[in-house]
Amino acid sequence: MTNTLAAQINSLLAALILLTAFALLAQRKIIALVHIFAWQGFFLALSTAVIGFASGEHHLYISSFLTLGMKVILLPYILYKLVHKLKIHRDIESVVNIPTTMLLGIALVVFSYHLTAPIRELSNLMTRSTLAIALATVMLGLLMMVTRRHAVTQILGFLAMENGLFFAATSATYGMPMVVELGVALDLLIAAFIFGIFFFHINTTFDSLDVDQMAKLKETD
Amino acid sequence: MILIALLVISILVALILAFIGDWRYAPEVNIGGSLLTFIVSLVLALQVYREGGSIAGSTYFFVDYLNISLVVLTTLVSTTTAIFSRRYMRVEREHGRVGHWRMRFYHAMFQLFIFAMLIALVTNNFGVLWISMELATLATVLLVSLYRTPTAIEAAWKYFILCGVGIAQALFGTVLLYFAAERVLGAGGNALLWTNLSRVSGELDPTVMRLAFVFLMVGYGTKAGLVPLHNWLPDAHSEGPTPVSAVLSGLLLNIALYALIRCKALVDASLATGFAGNIMMGFGLLSLLTASFSMLRQKDIKRLFAYSSIEHMGIATFAFGLGGPIATFGGVLHMIVHSLAKSATFFSVGHAAQMHGTQEISRIRGLIRGNPAVGWGMFLGVMALAGMPPFGIFTSEFLILTATMKDAPLLAPLLLLGLTVAFAALFRKVQPMVTGLIPPWQKPLAAANIPVFIHLALVLILGIYLPGFLANWFHLAVEILK
Repeated sequence: MTNTLAAQINSLLAALILLTAFALLAQRKIIALVHIFAWQGFFLALSTAVIGFASGEHHLYISSFLTLGMKVILLPYILYKLVHKLKIHRDIESVVNIPTTMLLGIALVVFSYHLTAPIRELSNLMTRSTLAIALATVMLGLLMMVTRRHAVTQILGFLAMENGLFFAATSATYGMPMVVELGVALDLLIAAFIFGIFFFHINTTFDSLDVDQMAKLKETD
Repeated sequence: MILIALLVISILVALILAFIGDWRYAPEVNIGGSLLTFIVSLVLALQVYREGGSIAGSTYFFVDYLNISLVVLTTLVSTTTAIFSRRYMRVEREHGRVGHWRMRFYHAMFQLFIFAMLIALVTNNFGVLWISMELATLATVLLVSLYRTPTAIEAAWKYFILCGVGIAQALFGTVLLYFAAERVLGAGGNALLWTNLSRVSGELDPTVMRLAFVFLMVGYGTKAGLVPLHNWLPDAHSEGPTPVSAVLSGLLLNIALYALIRCKALVDASLATGFAGNIMMGFGLLSLLTASFSMLRQKDIKRLFAYSSIEHMGIATFAFGLGGPIATFGGVLHMIVHSLAKSATFFSVGHAAQMHGTQEISRIRGLIRGNPAVGWGMFLGVMALAGMPPFGIFTSEFLILTATMKDAPLLAPLLLLGLTVAFAALFRKVQPMVTGLIPPWQKPLAAANIPVFIHLALVLILGIYLPGFLANWFHLAVEILK
């Protein structure tokens, strides 16, 4: 595989990651969101492996396997189980104004390209053009967390952000040092444990996972 | 290796407490573990002082004048908080607000939290710094929701989500930092080491560093509770058990600020402009003003002091942003005295709330008559926080104000305004609580007074007379940030 071919494959995968990020933004069925998230993780793992192969940075294979294990198998599985246990697998979240959110998302992508332009100039890696997409994925995850009111959806936005960050590290520098990547994965695992507990607490206390019900702590005059 | 011992002790105690956390003597184990880390950190500090400069513990850890000061502070406050928590949590247990499992969980997570903060302080690697910051957050999320009331769960969820979002920005900043460092230092784990980065900071690419700092500022700024990223803080600091509030306000905010000033030192050297400093001054001043005006309309006593934490973090951030030897010295001193005074105040507040069965300011009355130690502890703590002489916060605020008048005279009135409003707010809210007659709903309480007075004595000593070696010490710490 030549480097140009690898770069092209990587660009294609980056496009797919961005597509899934938008799909997460637009999808309203909880269970479908979990599936899309798993696909995003899959594209991410594939892209990491391709970069690892083409650049000869073999530690990226480990990262790729870690992503595959965590973000394609473990986390979606945990979420899937939780969603079924909490009996919300048929839930459809009422989201207002998806078209506006999508337009805002497009603006964020443009903004990401603008922001990372100086870095593209400096870098000579074959992945430099995908850094903007990585930042866009982070921003779209953020947007999802802001616009959605369901606890599970907010967590999916959080995890999508984490995907974007991971992708940013691979695009900008062929991955962070191993100790950092392992540490981040550990944190993610603990976070998964915590939000699992939280779903139950919120559900038993508020009888639903709609975070809009949690509005007691407001500044009062 | 003393440094490793420091870390191993707290994680071991955390593990032990996970199993025996509800045993009769578990609080004593908690105190003992914290005390042991405190002693070890003192030994380490002595070693730093004797060898003059920094000690590298393998590639991954290092200690210098700056971070060892914060390590000693962290272990000291964790020890006194453990002492306070012994009485406090016993009362909560008797009132049935926590059960067997939650006591075990509470004790284990308390030590894990200390462990995460210690790693964040002594690590040499910016990536690991991020990881341990996140670990410290995760360890405290479920402590905030320990009581499982609707408001506690709401506060913890907000804390989890908003800090998660914020800290993700810091990770992106770290990726960019690594990108800039890799071009100078080559790929691999060594490119994120502070000891390497500070050596070559002048060669880091300014465009990338500028972008990286914006992300790092937003990320760690969220964790430090700077306005407008502070929404989670008043909730998280007021809904959890009081010992947790004390360490969150007194310690975790400091660690976030510490991460930020380390990043600033690198960015300053790379850019050679006031870019980072100006951003920090803006955030700091905005936090000071917003928080002090918000304090005026608080009804919950713990929320009042949570806003006071935002205010003080704002002052310290402003000081570090201003830069220069006097302001930076003031900033380091401010971090330390605020931490001591704030945790002391939270201890008194916790007891006051237990005596009255509420956190509502309007229902807490007659503290000095009811329990002189708690009443005076709270009053003196608040006077210290409000910046009254002769307490240490007066000294640090005075230094910062002097430096502002010299370097940025136009901002001095704003700084003064913030300080005055904060003083007025604190005094107005606290004076009726401590004076007056005992209300009928007040119950007597055996309070843990020793921690409060240890802290207040230290704040007083740092205000009246800064011992020569300590002043020298702080000056050396300031040198690192230049």
